[in-house]
Amino acid sequence: MTPKLQNAGIDAWLVRFSERIDPAVQPWINAFCQDCRAAFGGLLVDLVPSYTTVLVQYDPWQLDDAGARRVIERVLERLAPDRSRGGGRLVEIPVWYDPSVGPELERIAARNDWTPQQVAEAHAACEYQVFALGFVPGFAFMGMVSPQLATPRLATPRQKVPRGSIAIAERQTSAYPQQTPGGWNLVGRTPVVLFDAERTPMTTLEPGDRVRFTPISRDTFIKLGGDTSPVEEVPQ
Amino acid sequence: MSLAAALRVEKAGPLALLQDGGRFGVRHLGITQGGPMDWHAAGWANALLGNEPGAAVLEVTIGGLTLVAEAELTLSLCGADLSASVNGQKLRPWQRFTLQAGDRLAFGMPRCGVRAYLGACGGWQGVPALGSVACVGREGFGGHKGGGRPLDDGDQLQSEARSQPLHLFSCVPPEYQPDYGQPAELGVIPGSQTAFFDGASLYEAFNAPWQVDTRADRMGIRLTGPELVCHHPGMVSEGLAAGAIQVPPDGQPICLMNDRQTIGGYPRLGTLTPLARARLAQCQTGETVRLRATGTGRARQEYLVAQKAIGSFQSQ
Repeated sequence: MTPKLQNAGIDAWLVRFSERIDPAVQPWINAFCQDCRAAFGGLLVDLVPSYTTVLVQYDPWQLDDAGARRVIERVLERLAPDRSRGGGRLVEIPVWYDPSVGPELERIAARNDWTPQQVAEAHAACEYQVFALGFVPGFAFMGMVSPQLATPRLATPRQKVPRGSIAIAERQTSAYPQQTPGGWNLVGRTPVVLFDAERTPMTTLEPGDRVRFTPISRDTFIKLGGDTSPVEEVPQ
Repeated sequence: MSLAAALRVEKAGPLALLQDGGRFGVRHLGITQGGPMDWHAAGWANALLGNEPGAAVLEVTIGGLTLVAEAELTLSLCGADLSASVNGQKLRPWQRFTLQAGDRLAFGMPRCGVRAYLGACGGWQGVPALGSVACVGREGFGGHKGGGRPLDDGDQLQSEARSQPLHLFSCVPPEYQPDYGQPAELGVIPGSQTAFFDGASLYEAFNAPWQVDTRADRMGIRLTGPELVCHHPGMVSEGLAAGAIQVPPDGQPICLMNDRQTIGGYPRLGTLTPLARARLAQCQTGETVRLRATGTGRARQEYLVAQKAIGSFQSQ
């Protein structure tokens, strides 16, 4: 593992661990983030991990680019992948898989000659990695979705994707923390609150976590506080 | 206990947002930075009042805002000339001034620049979220009344009303007042993906004139001009620094600003320097800008010099 340091302005380095998405890189990125926080201490401004990279933003008053590079290189020299938590915390997300809240279930099923039930089972059968958070606060980019479930984004995004929607785009999956426009394919809904600024931690998921979706019944979904209103198909 | 002095919003205008230094340490959760688009003008607005550098200022975009003082209060105005006036008398930016109860501060149309910063003694009061009052509507954080809501008719703005000895000079020294009427030349620090653009595109990028597009907001400012061609083999989304210049497949660059998305997957031409970001924040739609390649060391030096000028004025 010989990551590359790439310039990202007067106060940031982009540390590249790989050229393509590779789940084996995740433990290295997790470890790097932890060690970087310790090594920079108060000189660290922000740390943005993503699939293959970490953006390290530091205080330009205290460090120039060469000084920051030295800190990062020292961290990289001693870096060992973080396997202490088996590559990350395991988080279970309960999901009510149903065409009323996951209108694309049927389309994905038809394509594979499956039932919607089988699509749900396939989605819940895998363990996913959280590669990054972005788009809206708490929106976790997770992968890798099995090739049978991989589906391109909708040609025209929905104006309103309900909060808690479980979605697929290509080989990624996610859960919408809030109602927002969105172009991912919806397969179900979780009652879990994925982001709450008043809560510690604010997000249910963090980069590096492992995730399992657990199918639940409509009754359990309601008991856990889920909103059953069907996905509104707004004419475009 | 003395009541904080207040301004009443008579007419909110198109966009006026409370901004402090910004929200940091939360970008890994997908939360954006916020903060003043023109850190330079915002910094001077605070310096004129002896405020902390990151005290909350009001960022007035385009103008159209009318405020009425409900008590005597000392304010500062820096940045764009948005045809501001007090009771009909012209008020030039880059100075400190005092309003009496009943005085009306009005912003008209932009004469020069786009964003003006209105400072108050001790800063404006806001509702902090995640350690900052920076107002980000898309995420629902910060602002003078919380929830990321912008200024609205009838709202009140309260200053922290901390009395402090004011600086002898009430104006920003002329040598530190930028002239937004001059053509903008924006420094760009090349990055690792710069080499993926073809030779002709790189020549065009740093020699052709670029127009500031109408698609310009606090997330990003799009430039239009020659089509830039990039031969990057396909990118994975990665963290975006302030000022990163993304080039989507249409070949027209987008300069990412304070409210940018935290990660993005388009190749980048480079990163605007902090001074270039501040300058671009003041460019009007249709204005011509040029990009100039520069180095990290020089750009950092220029930034520190500009910040030190603000800091030393403040501490005098």
